Amino acid sequence: MKFGIVVFPGSNCDHDVYHVVGHVLGETAVFLWHKDHDLQDVDAVVLPGGFSYGDYLRAGAIARLSPIMTEVHEFAGQGGLVLGICNGFQVLTEIGLLPGALIPNTTMKFECKPVGLQVAETETPYTSGYQKHQIVRMPIAHGEGRFYADEATLDLLEESNRVIFRYVDEHGEPTESANPNGSQRNIAGICNAERNVLGLMPHPERASEALLGLEDGIAVFKSMIQERLTV
Amino acid sequence: MVKALVTVHYKQGILDPQGKAVQNALRSMTVKGVSDARVGKHIILTFDELSKSEAEEQTRKACEKILSNPVIEDYEYDIVEDGS
Repeated sequence: MKFGIVVFPGSNCDHDVYHVVGHVLGETAVFLWHKDHDLQDVDAVVLPGGFSYGDYLRAGAIARLSPIMTEVHEFAGQGGLVLGICNGFQVLTEIGLLPGALIPNTTMKFECKPVGLQVAETETPYTSGYQKHQIVRMPIAHGEGRFYADEATLDLLEESNRVIFRYVDEHGEPTESANPNGSQRNIAGICNAERNVLGLMPHPERASEALLGLEDGIAVFKSMIQERLTV
Repeated sequence: MVKALVTVHYKQGILDPQGKAVQNALRSMTVKGVSDARVGKHIILTFDELSKSEAEEQTRKACEKILSNPVIEDYEYDIVEDGS
């Protein structure tokens, strides 16, 4: 499987994703420069974490205007797999591929720590390798990760099973203390209506090797590979 | 020369933690009576060639397309003649 990892000025998790899909999983990975208009026939696009354009104006606001995003938008519209991690999630909301917005944490801090997550849905190409309601741990690292949408949008997301990851405590409860950034309804990750575009604030690529202490994230990439094999 | 003075701020109802911190700071500095504080962004656009009405049209476009995110923010602007 061929993964394309978009590199914006200020991306800083691009090499981490490359390492996981290329070296840990042995798949093909290529970098896609933000100024290019060529997706190089990839099977999936990953928008990595970082601080594209210094998060100027709003996180993701300027990155979404990058030349390559025209092709990414088209690719998503044709059902292509597009995964946005952290800053990538922010870019996906800014460009309108996912609803809502990500705004500064209510804690007023940059939150950088492992958190508990519930895999709320497994009916996606990104989570089919998990058990439904499985509790996993992945790191977060963001200052602007508070998911916000109006009540009607939140209801729609829940009714259509599009909330994919939630911040939970060790019992799987979405409590206030388990919510690291003030996200509405403890939302950590959502997908689009067609379920081929996923955005999440936690970093699965930083939780994909025993050596790094956490391996719960690798199933995201393994699920994508499995999805590609079954198409 | 025409300038657009644009202000962007979170919609009412969205918690603004920076504003809360400012409000608390004001209270600790014995500034009395502040029931709420909200922090926004101020953006100044300069138009060398456009008339006021043309500048207003471009400013509205800028606000809608990029300067604000309608999911979370409201904007307002003033268009002013700037002789300096």
